[in-house]
Amino acid sequence: MRSARPLPTPETQNFWDGCRAGELRLQRCRACHQVYFPPRPFCPHCTSRDLDAFTASGRATLYSYIINHRPRPDMGTEPHSIAVVTLEEGPRMMTNIIGCPQTPEALQLDMELQVVFEVQNETITLPFFKPLSHEAEV
Amino acid sequence: MKSKSIAVVGAAETTRMGVVPELSNLGLNLDAALNAMADAGLIPKDIDGVATAGEHPWSVAASLGITPKWVDGTNVGGCSYMLHVRHAAAAIAAGYCTTVLITHGESGRSQVAPARYAENPASLFGQFEAPYGLGVPVTQVTLPAMRYLKETGTTEEDLALLAVIQREWALKNPRAQTKVPITVDEVLGSPMICYPFRRLLCCLVTDGGGALILTSAERAKDFPTKPVYIMGTGEGVEHPIVSMMHDFTTSRAFRLSGEAAFGSAGITHTDVDHLMLYDPFAHVPFYALEDLGFCKRGEAKYFYRERRAAIGGALPVNTNGGGLSYQHSGMYGMFALQESVRQMRGAAAAQIEGAKISVCHGIGSMFSAAGTIIFTNEA
Ligand SMILES: [Zn+2]
Repeated sequence: MRSARPLPTPETQNFWDGCRAGELRLQRCRACHQVYFPPRPFCPHCTSRDLDAFTASGRATLYSYIINHRPRPDMGTEPHSIAVVTLEEGPRMMTNIIGCPQTPEALQLDMELQVVFEVQNETITLPFFKPLSHEAEV
Repeated sequence: MKSKSIAVVGAAETTRMGVVPELSNLGLNLDAALNAMADAGLIPKDIDGVATAGEHPWSVAASLGITPKWVDGTNVGGCSYMLHVRHAAAAIAAGYCTTVLITHGESGRSQVAPARYAENPASLFGQFEAPYGLGVPVTQVTLPAMRYLKETGTTEEDLALLAVIQREWALKNPRAQTKVPITVDEVLGSPMICYPFRRLLCCLVTDGGGALILTSAERAKDFPTKPVYIMGTGEGVEHPIVSMMHDFTTSRAFRLSGEAAFGSAGITHTDVDHLMLYDPFAHVPFYALEDLGFCKRGEAKYFYRERRAAIGGALPVNTNGGGLSYQHSGMYGMFALQESVRQMRGAAAAQIEGAKISVCHGIGSMFSAAGTIIFTNEA
């Protein structure tokens, strides 16, 4: 079990509450309409404090990644991806790509991804991304 | 600060480098400081400004019996020392102090009383990156590389060629940690650390340090060493965590720092004789060559394919062997500065004959910061 767990702050609690509810929540500025991440109570584009949270589509594309062959002790012993994805709404976030081989052949830049949530403990659920499977959708 | 109004009059590395288990992190700072003072013919009471990163300025000052009128504890990662040079030059020009000691020491390999950075699970890194297995720099600063390679057509072979060329330079430096030549095939056959980064595309982990002493160009004439003038300086910052880097193929911090340095030096790229580009991992000098304007976007690969950076090339780069093959204690920026000063003094192990202008550029943390210093040996 991974030991590095987020400690939410008042500014990020809504995001982590969203993950527990199976929603990837982003913030949008009501003044300039820009969407941003990580969450904070001031718009990084125009400094407005008038913000709105909304649920993102969960769709993303693979922006860049590495495959760590020397995992942190709490991350197991097998090589694993560490990836930055571009969300459909624009912002980027760090994640792991799961549900596929952890190889350069399986991990192609710009591949389509879908968010999945995995419970870590009673307070933290982490968002991960897996290759988008069109057939699997109902 | 007026160009060339401030000079480096003392420069030295630690007495020993590589594996130095007899000295702590702080001890390496002090050893380097004493060597730089000896180089400049100064004693602690002559120093009235102190800058350092990793350790606190008060630790270095108190340990050496210095009573500073000015300190700088800026810590923006491995390029902190470039920022210290820039800030010290401004402080001397402003009259806050006359003679500044800048020290680096790091027990990177032996880990004797290292400067520890506690991981905060509520920080941006703690909440939004660490949970995914990030930790040591090779899991962070490498992340933009795949996007850069794809968008610029740069290959793993190009990264390997950079490592080979820097090893060629290292073999001319007796103080380099590495002693044997390598080939592109050997680099690409070395153990995988973080795909696409293999061991020989990653910096060394060693113990060591270095120190610089700066004063006004006017006073510099009275020192035993050949003055090395500060011609231009720049600094820049971008993001707190690498996933917030705006564009993974170009560093805003690099561009800001480079523009400020070249602007204040009043030179163009063709004036430059020698270049130091902090290389914690093999992709970083590719960004630096493009973001500082030495190459057009995506063309740094040709700079290496044509061996322009190599021995006998038009613009020698990382002539000590770099972080990949010389030494890398952790915050390597000081070692890049030391090599620029040696080249400008005409005292480098792999001396570039007739070099008059040296550009020294550092990365801080995960492309979060940058510092650039342009040196010259002509008053
Ligand atoms: Zn806004």
